[in-house]
Amino acid sequence: MRNLTVGRVITYAVLIVAAIAVIFPVYYVIAGSIMSPGQISSYPPDLFPHGLFTGNYKGATSTTAIGRQYLNSVLQTSVITLSQLITSVLAAYAFVFMKMWGRTVLFGLFLGTLMVPWESIVLPNYLTITGWSVGGERLTASYAGTMVALVLPFLANAFGVFLLRQSFLQFPTELRDAATIDGCGHWRFIRQILLPLNKPALMAVGLYVFLAAWNQFFWPLLIGDNASRRTLQIGISQLNDVEAADPGLILAGVTLSILPTLAIVIFGQRFIVRGLTAGAIR
Amino acid sequence: MLVPCLIVFALFIIWPLGKSVSLSLHGSDLFGRPDAFVGLQHYRDMLGSAEFRHILWVTLAFVLLTVIPGVLGGLAIVLLLEQHIKGIRVFRTAFALPFAFSVASASVIFATIYNPAIGLANGMLGRFGVDRVGWLTDPSWALISVAITTVWMSIGYNVLVLSAGIGAIPAEINEAATLDGAGGWRAARFITVPMLGPQLFFLIVISTIQSLQGFGQIKILTPEGGPEQSTKTLVYSIYHTAFANNASDFGAASAQAIVLLVILLACTAIQFGVLERRVHYK
Repeated sequence: MRNLTVGRVITYAVLIVAAIAVIFPVYYVIAGSIMSPGQISSYPPDLFPHGLFTGNYKGATSTTAIGRQYLNSVLQTSVITLSQLITSVLAAYAFVFMKMWGRTVLFGLFLGTLMVPWESIVLPNYLTITGWSVGGERLTASYAGTMVALVLPFLANAFGVFLLRQSFLQFPTELRDAATIDGCGHWRFIRQILLPLNKPALMAVGLYVFLAAWNQFFWPLLIGDNASRRTLQIGISQLNDVEAADPGLILAGVTLSILPTLAIVIFGQRFIVRGLTAGAIR
Repeated sequence: MLVPCLIVFALFIIWPLGKSVSLSLHGSDLFGRPDAFVGLQHYRDMLGSAEFRHILWVTLAFVLLTVIPGVLGGLAIVLLLEQHIKGIRVFRTAFALPFAFSVASASVIFATIYNPAIGLANGMLGRFGVDRVGWLTDPSWALISVAITTVWMSIGYNVLVLSAGIGAIPAEINEAATLDGAGGWRAARFITVPMLGPQLFFLIVISTIQSLQGFGQIKILTPEGGPEQSTKTLVYSIYHTAFANNASDFGAASAQAIVLLVILLACTAIQFGVLERRVHYK
């Protein structure tokens, strides 16, 4: 074991202080969510809950539309994730294994779409989608239509294509040729050979897209126009306006909203790192 | 196989891009919907307006207040983690936790903490006998408070990227340094930091881009763009110009969106330009 020098003590001390500063909001959201209204607004502030107070969770699930919004978010996020996985696999496959005219130019176009910030095209998209009508009624007038409008612009994204292409490029061409000669068609090759061999990359894309979709804010803010059609993110941000006097209830809502993403970050970290740092390490 | 992606990109990225430009050349009717062609009028108005200069200034200040502390903080944490400490996995996971928080959940938690009357921030200050701070209501504090929230959200990502970068430094380099007697901080200063150059550069560009696109935290923490418009960044202004009650103007908002696009494209171009040179250098 290394000896404990002054330098090492300082290293640990600084790390622990930094860790507390970073973790504190995480601790506070959970601790505050189980504090009684009297305790959380006491002065001077009290940082440790006196036992488990469940009233905030009961309040958050019964007096607000959070339950319904949770379902909306699950639906929106699942559709976006599944659709991006499928469209990305197809496009990446075409870019790697199919010889076609203008492949490089098309791939450049795909990468180019990643450079367009959503904020600079959100207004025309809003005008387009809210302008569409189905059966004489505005698309976003119905619940189903609102859900469609929420996911439509995000059914495909070049990031997944880029990441999966990198992964597919590792696949030996000779093996692909051998499979073709043995009569293995595109679909069978994708399903039985390519996908099983690229599970880590698929996980990385899937988790990344899930996180991004679950956390979306700008677009869902514009699209869902009544409480039962909003996504969870918009729901909790509005708790902040409506229930400002009841911080415990707000924190209970936030705690519920971060459970899926917290689980992903804690248990899926190695996949996430792969997806996130794809652009950083070359 | 490229068709699904191409349809989504064409409908929701490429066409809206053209539409954004065209909207920016049109005026708006009473409801903010586009009408007559006005040419470059919106751009002329912007360049001549003190308010727009203020918006650009706030945007720049926000970028500086988030990127510098975020990247330096992440680097400090990663260098400390590198000093062969015990429990490195626990620390790493702890520092990655903020990454699980969406813009909405993080902002709502910080809004609770910043609450002027019952918030924790003022409560703790009160304990040490310091006067209350109007975190979100004082024009000189609001942008800083929003920036603190943003730095907290981004630090997890920065730690992940830099940790991965350190993992990619060849072991021989560190061994050689140890043999030559360069340990601890000397190694960090002369080997780790220079070797992290590409990751640091990537983080600076990516954080700048994300900061320029920051919207949720501003909208939630300071709903009207802050006291005396002190948190009105370009993206917030696009939203506000397009969707403000009674004064909705999609034309002027689109002109701002084009300015945002140009700024972000310039950032991306810098990134590619420098990366390109690095590749040649190798």
